[in-house]
Amino acid sequence: MARMKFLCDSDRCIDCNACVTACKNEHEVPWGINRRRVVTINDGMPGERSISMACMHCTDAPCAAVCPVDCFYTTADAVVLHSKDLCIGCGYCFYACPFGAPQYPRVGNFGSRGKMDKCTYCAGGPEADLSEAEYVKYGANRLAEGKLPLCAEMCSTKALLAGDSDMIAQIYKERVIKRGYGSGAWGWRTAYRETVAI
Amino acid sequence: MLTKRRNGEVGRTKLSAITAGLVSEAVDRRTFLRRSGLAAGGLAAVGSLQLGAVKKASAAGTAVSGADVVIKKNICTHCSVGCTVTAEVVNGVWVGQEPSWESPINRGTHCAKGAAIRELVHSERRLKYPMKLVDGQWQRISWETAINEIGDKISAIREKSGADSVYWLGSAKFTNEASYLFRKLGAFWGTNSVDHQARICHSTTVAGVANTWGYGAQTNSYNDIRNAKTMIIMGGNPARAHPISMQHLLSGKELNRANMIVIEPRFTRTAAHATEFVRIRPGTDIPVIWGMLWHIFQNGWEDKEFIRQRVYGMDDVRKEVAKWTPDEVERVTGVPGDQLKRVAEMFAKDKPSTLIWCMGATQHTVGTANVRAFCIACLATGNVGAPGTGANIFRGHTNVQGATDLGLDVTTLPLYYGLVEGAWKHWARVWEVEYDWLQSRFDEVPAIAGRKPRSRKENMEAPGITSTRWFDAVNLPEDQVDQRAGIKAMMVFGHGGNTVTRIPEAVKGMGKLELLVVADPHPTTFSALNARRDNTYLLPICTSLEMDGSRTASNRSLQWGEQIVKPAFESKNDYEAMYLLAKKLGFADKMFKNIKIENNVPSAEDLLREINRGGWSTGYCGQSPERLKAHMKNQSKFDLVTLRAPKDAPDVGGDYYGLPWPCWGKPEIRHPGTHILYNTNLHVKDGGSTFRARFGTERNGQTLLAEESYSVGSELTDGYPEFTMGVLKKLGWDKDLTADELATITKIGGNNVDAVSWAIDLSGGIQRICLDHGVIHYGNGKARANAWNLPDPIPVHREPIYTPRPELVAKYPTRPDERQFRLPNIGFSVQKAAVDRSIAKDFPIILTSGRLVEFEGGGEETRSNPWLAELQQDMFVEVNTADAGDRGIKDGQWVWVLGPEDGAKVKVKALVTDRVGRGVAWMPFHFSGWYQGADMRSYYPPGTDPVVLGESVNTLTTYGFDPVTGMQEPKATLCQIRAV
Repeated sequence: MARMKFLCDSDRCIDCNACVTACKNEHEVPWGINRRRVVTINDGMPGERSISMACMHCTDAPCAAVCPVDCFYTTADAVVLHSKDLCIGCGYCFYACPFGAPQYPRVGNFGSRGKMDKCTYCAGGPEADLSEAEYVKYGANRLAEGKLPLCAEMCSTKALLAGDSDMIAQIYKERVIKRGYGSGAWGWRTAYRETVAI
Repeated sequence: MLTKRRNGEVGRTKLSAITAGLVSEAVDRRTFLRRSGLAAGGLAAVGSLQLGAVKKASAAGTAVSGADVVIKKNICTHCSVGCTVTAEVVNGVWVGQEPSWESPINRGTHCAKGAAIRELVHSERRLKYPMKLVDGQWQRISWETAINEIGDKISAIREKSGADSVYWLGSAKFTNEASYLFRKLGAFWGTNSVDHQARICHSTTVAGVANTWGYGAQTNSYNDIRNAKTMIIMGGNPARAHPISMQHLLSGKELNRANMIVIEPRFTRTAAHATEFVRIRPGTDIPVIWGMLWHIFQNGWEDKEFIRQRVYGMDDVRKEVAKWTPDEVERVTGVPGDQLKRVAEMFAKDKPSTLIWCMGATQHTVGTANVRAFCIACLATGNVGAPGTGANIFRGHTNVQGATDLGLDVTTLPLYYGLVEGAWKHWARVWEVEYDWLQSRFDEVPAIAGRKPRSRKENMEAPGITSTRWFDAVNLPEDQVDQRAGIKAMMVFGHGGNTVTRIPEAVKGMGKLELLVVADPHPTTFSALNARRDNTYLLPICTSLEMDGSRTASNRSLQWGEQIVKPAFESKNDYEAMYLLAKKLGFADKMFKNIKIENNVPSAEDLLREINRGGWSTGYCGQSPERLKAHMKNQSKFDLVTLRAPKDAPDVGGDYYGLPWPCWGKPEIRHPGTHILYNTNLHVKDGGSTFRARFGTERNGQTLLAEESYSVGSELTDGYPEFTMGVLKKLGWDKDLTADELATITKIGGNNVDAVSWAIDLSGGIQRICLDHGVIHYGNGKARANAWNLPDPIPVHREPIYTPRPELVAKYPTRPDERQFRLPNIGFSVQKAAVDRSIAKDFPIILTSGRLVEFEGGGEETRSNPWLAELQQDMFVEVNTADAGDRGIKDGQWVWVLGPEDGAKVKVKALVTDRVGRGVAWMPFHFSGWYQGADMRSYYPPGTDPVVLGESVNTLTTYGFDPVTGMQEPKATLCQIRAV
């Protein structure tokens, strides 16, 4: 099976937020929850860069390590998913996640946050693929339809890449060699304990 | 940008309230869900159901619908890049969006707006049924009542005050067919006051560029920028305004290791990706360009052969440029000489080079002169008419190019024929109506205030009032307005009320109107300014995603969009609304003589065929609906860079994508369209051409025709004038005309057949024969560095009306007061008063405006879309850290921004950033719904208020108009900022 990853080429990202609204559109994500967002550093100054962020679907995911009810699981495609039936909304995963991916519908303590929600890599959840129950809880399952996450597919400058690790790393490498610069596969060392060697 | 995200519900209407008002036959998403038995609910519903805390997600994914998915393709309604939108439709409901991989323009991608466009159609905040204002309260009415009352009222106003007292404001969001129909409606009504958003975005581009080399449009394309080795982006921020274009720009930058130079007052998101950023003072574009040319001429980097063969008047430019030494340029613009020298060298030597511009260049009192200077920079370095070069002008709205082409302009009939007698007679022939009848529709204008009277014919040939000044034509004393009476009624189709400068004056004008009609998917700012209590109508119009028709992207490619779903709620499309109005006014039979009508809806295909029959001047004649539909079906056949399909591709072989105009001759001769204008390296049948011989053949003893330059395969191997029947005869080529063609030409010419030109020959014979001989019927002329018919034939620097540098006004004053477009333009007096009263002391900060990526134009549509609104919840002003420090302003705090006219003030949040230089503040222009500190939400018809409201920057923007087009000045004025 493929090892699915995200790679954001910050030399291409223009902070257009297409990834954010594509996600909202595909999964009808409610107001206040952002499975994906764009972060800009050095805003307005030379060296400014923007990066699109979501759950990176880590190797040995820290969220899974801290979850008291063990609601996380990793699919054969290495996508990190969770069960909203098991989730108790404790918020531990939010504290463990290096990328700030877990989102909650409410603000509060002691399980009153509601069920955690995060990027599913457009791969649904534990329910049967493409079932109504899956859609209602987790949104669309594009992977089961043979498609990739819509955020990456719709990325305006093709900065956000999704797909098999080897393939997207290869695309990025070729791009960097061709253009002569690249600031690296952002977040990869944290998420996957490796980086793209150029 | 300032993106404050918060949890919780927006003040949104209860679902039940909306469904209660639903009488539409079209099945909306929610009705569909009920019928399909799929419970409402969604992501948020499980385990976290807390009504009021989150919006219930409620669309069916395609996977759960179990029904057949139909794929429909239309074009994004936001910017002019022209991204294809691929919609998944189930049982008449738009349930999902997929990437449009096959489109050579967007290749699957979207920006935030395009990726969220599905919501526009289903938006709960759309105007759902016609409404009228009765004693300050909105009342629901039927379409029939609305059309009857509106028709009666404008007829009465016409009777009393004349046809010119009704203003027709159209839209850049119209399809081509609707744009054309709206201009035709204006003509049949009997006025030239028909305008649209191009007035306030690129009117100066159109005028300046057309006056330089023939046609006022982008010379190359977004895709072609991939060929450039140097790109200068000046007065544009494509990362915000045209995000998909950045795909092509960044690819060009990467693949060619190209120079990407951004010349701007702000360090924008685009600048963050540039190889060089040049910060300038707003309103000093001409000195910057002349400063570059100073280095180019000084070092002999200009393209001497190109200038000799193809440019007229460059020596006159040299004289003006000589004044702009590096020291003077730095004094006026703030740009150091060595940086400008480096940029100039790249532009002149690392060729091909392209100059990309947008509204930072055009929205000035010197807008036309600015774009002329830009064109001259391209001409001087030989950067026009080849891949990777050119004036790549990024237009604004989705179809602002098409709407401009099709004559939503106070100075011309469709397709730039102008308003002269020949133009009216041409369109009268196409429309098959009597010229005399058209003339009878126009007012006679009496002599007022010592001005000459105008006969009906003269009035028919006089430009109307520009949209930037409609309220001046209401507010000014009647003797100042050069028509029968001032403006009494506004018919506003698809146009925001907050995009024009000087809103306090507009509010006064709105209050005085006898009638205001707003036809739009949303109620717009016009309904929320609380200036009126009666005689105001709102007509719900569907988005162009809910109708068939073509649109012209910035690169002149036409794309056919098919109706994705039926118009939502009680909305109707533009065609139907205009048909009903024409029927009520009694000229529908004449106006729709050759247009099929079904259930009151005119056929988009027939409208395009009529455009084809009359569109010879601009090459809108070859793009039949059949050809355009074949292009949409075969998108994958077109090359990413050349935009051309292989010769052997079925249906579209050899065509350029979207048959970019000019696409000459009748559709049957299969001209491929013109990807790159004025490219002499191609045969005219392959989209080659020359500069247009539009301005005569000789001036002051110098030829205006090209010298030893011609397009590949031309039988005429030097410059030549434009073709008429007479020229054809001289060359003996008239023998190639078919009998039918000759009969048509003879009929048009009457007793002067030789005078029939290529542009009015309805047979297309002259064009066909010219193409066969490898020549271009519009002639082979020189581009004009000196445009002697313009107020400033050679662009000269003029300080903004409200300048922070009053000491420069004596040397660089604005133009003298003058009457333009039926109104006085007193810019000089205003500038003088501002200097005399030392306005710059009280208002020391330059205010400029621009775009966000999430919102579009006036923003009514996009601010009503929660997916977008969530990302930009507050109107703000960018303040430099030093200026903020001086005033004790912290990031995120509320501030008052004060303007120098009308005591204007707005309350917004401060975004403290060094993106703007010291002494410069910037505000986005998409907001409205607050006015001078007051929240106007309650004045919207219930349930139609946008999610996000905010102050409009145009409450602060000030006087100032371009003398050629009446363009406003929202990019360089003054303000003061104070903590609340």
